[in-house]
Amino acid sequence: MKKGGSISIWFFIGISLLVNGVLICGAGIYQLFYPPQKELVLARLHAGVWWGAFLAIIGAVYCIHFVPNKDRR
Amino acid sequence: MTLLLAAANASRLVHLSTVDLVIIIFYFILVLAIGFYLKGQANTGEDFFMAGREMTAWIAGLSFLSANLGSLELMGWAGASYQYGILAAHWYWIGAIPAMLFLALVMMPFYYISKTHSVPGYLKLRFGEPSRALSSVSFAFMTVLMSGINMYSMALVLKIVLGWDINFSILISSVTVAIYVALGGLRSAIFNEVLQFILIWAGALLIPILGLIEAGGWSGLKARIATNASAEYTHLWSTLGKFNDNPMGIHWTGIVFGLGAIISMGYWTTDFLVVQRVLSAKDLRAAKMAPIIGAGFKMLVPFIVILPGLLGLALLDTKLVGETQAVATGGHSYNEVLPLMLARYCGPGLLGLGITALIAGFMSGMAGNVSAFTTVWTYDIYRALIKKDASDAHYVSMGRWSTVVGVAISIGTAYLVMDFKSIMDYVQALFSFFIAPLFGTVLLGMLWKRASSAGGFWGLLAGTASSVGMWAWVKMDPSALRYVALSPYARDMAENMYRALWSCLICVIVTVAVSLVTKPKPDAELKGLVYGVTEIPSEGYVSTLQRPWFWAAVVGVIFVALNIIFW
Repeated sequence: MKKGGSISIWFFIGISLLVNGVLICGAGIYQLFYPPQKELVLARLHAGVWWGAFLAIIGAVYCIHFVPNKDRR
Repeated sequence: MTLLLAAANASRLVHLSTVDLVIIIFYFILVLAIGFYLKGQANTGEDFFMAGREMTAWIAGLSFLSANLGSLELMGWAGASYQYGILAAHWYWIGAIPAMLFLALVMMPFYYISKTHSVPGYLKLRFGEPSRALSSVSFAFMTVLMSGINMYSMALVLKIVLGWDINFSILISSVTVAIYVALGGLRSAIFNEVLQFILIWAGALLIPILGLIEAGGWSGLKARIATNASAEYTHLWSTLGKFNDNPMGIHWTGIVFGLGAIISMGYWTTDFLVVQRVLSAKDLRAAKMAPIIGAGFKMLVPFIVILPGLLGLALLDTKLVGETQAVATGGHSYNEVLPLMLARYCGPGLLGLGITALIAGFMSGMAGNVSAFTTVWTYDIYRALIKKDASDAHYVSMGRWSTVVGVAISIGTAYLVMDFKSIMDYVQALFSFFIAPLFGTVLLGMLWKRASSAGGFWGLLAGTASSVGMWAWVKMDPSALRYVALSPYARDMAENMYRALWSCLICVIVTVAVSLVTKPKPDAELKGLVYGVTEIPSEGYVSTLQRPWFWAAVVGVIFVALNIIFW
């Protein structure tokens, strides 16, 4: 799967999911303590927290699995 | 950051926070980083235009789907499902899956074995230079126009949803696409399309999940739609017996023969925008598996596109209307259903990812158009008709410059559309004129060795001309709809279906008739191009789970099951 050089596209995808996941989960946790003025529908489910955590975990797995030059170490 | 936040303070559907903007900016940085990283791997023509023909089945398959997912798909079809109900899912199932499987199992071997770099390139090998010239010039012209229309549509969406200035949106998106495609060529476009595909799912998947929870599951959704609109909106086939029994005004014959047999076959098997992605596969098995993987995911796309539209119909308090009425009354149009659902459930962070998904969708479509234009312009027009004997480096340089020029023309088209909005309808109609007859020409070329060069050219020309003629006939005399679409009740989409069917049939009839009275090519010249004189390479000994036909059968069974479940 490492086509296009030593960095796999799946590593870039892992980075993207990890960064977005951390930001979304962090924003979700912040809203637990400081809820927004305009309440969202189904806000009680705290979708930002679990969806962000889910994306971050998937992203971390991809980053570790497809880390560049892993074979050389 | 403050400037960006301030720019988004006009009338708008959603309000972005700082974390949303960080997510959007990070996306732009990442796609540019991929372009710069891949710059060093796009030095030869094979690298720049064909991504080195070394993509795995997964990368080629996801890119194949992503290039299509961009062009107004997310917003447009979510709006269509609000307007027409689940009938819109036909464009994802019967309007895609059989064609993708047909491409994988029947047509891909000939595209791949012939080592062509494009669909017009195949026509040159099979039917000669006139057919290639006709198809390449039409394709290049239409592609940049479509790219411009997509660009304008994206800028309009960002203006409505975020309040962003149209000029700013056009500039930032087009410059980004131009940079990463010009630097890394097709490989960069493909890599970014795979990234964009994942982001689209990550950003859009939460809406149907939360929407189904709110609606009380599928049965709750159906009950609400039956109350708010009509029970017909949740049936895929049972209302298609008569033109005026369903919200789309279409008959099942139009869906099966017009959409399923002609339009989708034409688009998924001969539109170079999508076929180019599969041609980049590393071997024949990967090239056959790529459209099958794409088909598997295509079946799931209604979950993030059609379902949100249905959920909007069931759950939104405001009634959405057509674009013209929305402008006149200040209300929301059908096309805004997806952002409205996004704003309903998504807070800071999730909103940024959802908007990134929309931007990613539009950019993948734009990059798909631009990279396909670049290849056809450089190989099928510039090298074939203008400068035949230049070096490989010269053509790569031409590829980079034509990327920039293609984007510049697209920007011009975007502003043209802004002033003359009816151009959008005309260009989309023009695009459909060419695809249906092209399918007839390529199919006969691959499966019938008696088809001659003259037959291929005149069939393609007659099919295209007849399609334009039928369109003009209905424009000048709307009552002609009863002949073209077989019913005076038929609407625009139904007319497109039947026009495609007739133009493809005319193409086939003319190709056969002319071929029978002209000299065919000798068998020796048809090797690798036509069924019956081409030896398809063996896949070797691989397990059943690695064979394309097995996965095509799995996809086929699920496709049939979905149609029965939502009958």
